[in-house]
Amino acid sequence: MKIEILGMGCPKCKKTTQNAQQAVEELGIDAEIIKVEELDKITEYGVMMTPALVIDGEAYSPGKVLSVEEIKKVIKSAKSKR
Amino acid sequence: MKNQLKIFVIIGGFLLFYFLPLESLGFRNPIFEALAMLNMYAREHVIFSLIPAFLIAGAIYQFLDQNAVLKYLGAKTNKALAYFVASLSGSILTVCSCTVLPLFSGIYKKGAGLGPAIAFLYSGPAINVLAIILTARVLGWQIGLARAIGAVIFSIIIGLCMHFIFLTEEKERQANGEMQLGINDSETDGRTGLQNLLYFISMIGFMVFANWARPQAGDQSLWALIFQYKWYLAIAFVLLFVYILVYWFKKEEIIPWMDSSWSFAQQILPLLFLGIFFAGLLLGRPGEEGLIPSRFVASLVGGNSLSANFFASFIGAFMYFATLTEIPILQGLIGSGMGQGPALALLLAGPALSLPNMLVIRSVVGTKKTVVYIILVVIMATISGMVYGNIIQ
Repeated sequence: MKIEILGMGCPKCKKTTQNAQQAVEELGIDAEIIKVEELDKITEYGVMMTPALVIDGEAYSPGKVLSVEEIKKVIKSAKSKR
Repeated sequence: MKNQLKIFVIIGGFLLFYFLPLESLGFRNPIFEALAMLNMYAREHVIFSLIPAFLIAGAIYQFLDQNAVLKYLGAKTNKALAYFVASLSGSILTVCSCTVLPLFSGIYKKGAGLGPAIAFLYSGPAINVLAIILTARVLGWQIGLARAIGAVIFSIIIGLCMHFIFLTEEKERQANGEMQLGINDSETDGRTGLQNLLYFISMIGFMVFANWARPQAGDQSLWALIFQYKWYLAIAFVLLFVYILVYWFKKEEIIPWMDSSWSFAQQILPLLFLGIFFAGLLLGRPGEEGLIPSRFVASLVGGNSLSANFFASFIGAFMYFATLTEIPILQGLIGSGMGQGPALALLLAGPALSLPNMLVIRSVVGTKKTVVYIILVVIMATISGMVYGNIIQ
């Protein structure tokens, strides 16, 4: 699973990255977390608000800092879609 | 190397304190003014305007659906509507300065195009709730209102100018792809729109009445009557607010709201108070002298001449202001003799542009468009300053 965090390095984006790392550890799944910081690339995703959590190309709750629990939920629902 | 550095620091420190001109008035006064300015803000602006403003900003971020606004900035939206929404949307989309540039880039490349993107970029910093509240509170409601209205109107004008100047280029450039609003699976909160509205009204109501300005002596109007009872009114709104929180909100909603208010405060307050300190140090409180002599300020940006307005816009365009710091700096400048017109010009051009964000804008839209945008901002801010300066006199 590929989890991408979009954000230009603001405090909220860092927080989201931390939460995502923790969520992945707690779930014990094999996932790669990638930070996307270039404005050009962020725009390529079509996402308007940062921070955004992108799993398999789909953005979840852009503009909000998701908590560890919320990220776990999002990961599970993304998994079940496959 | 490290040792050498240490020696330099120690010797430098020693020389600094050895020659510290403690006795000189030119040194003591500015330091006193800087502390006095901090003292004034702590006493007058923290409890009744900054704290409620952060709570409101946090509530906007947490409880208003930003996507409801973003939908109107897409590629397929009616163009007139897109300009209108872009010019106003800063009030709920830009409470966090770090979201401005991705939004700008997104609207330009995936959404409604150059004009609306520029309109959003220009008005955003001026009409976010924090800026409006603190401008009106510190500098007076007239300039607060002029700032909001000026930003909205001129953002549309600048957006349209950009659109028509680059019309052919923009036609060739096809918006590629679609914006992605994302999947929001947060549960519905179970409040009606009216309940949410009352929640915001209760906070805004408290702030408006708690800050009701003292009327002039002998004034018998409604204004004076309200002033007499302002604390009763303010407390009534607080009671309404508490009632709403207890009966309409779940605990799980209140915590993230507090969290986001706190993160705004954390992000903004340190730089704001640093800005207040330096505004006091350099310019002094209104009526007092700081390091920069008042006559110097008055000669550059006093009155309401074309050159004063132009100078203020030009400086504002290149200088970087951290969120809200433009306000204490302006307060210091006005106190040292800056005219009302140039003050508005600086307020409009200042937060909208700075050297660092020019570079980011250039990376998105290219050098030519950035230069034209800067020129338009300086011209429009100068014109708004002239107009406002003439009205207020």
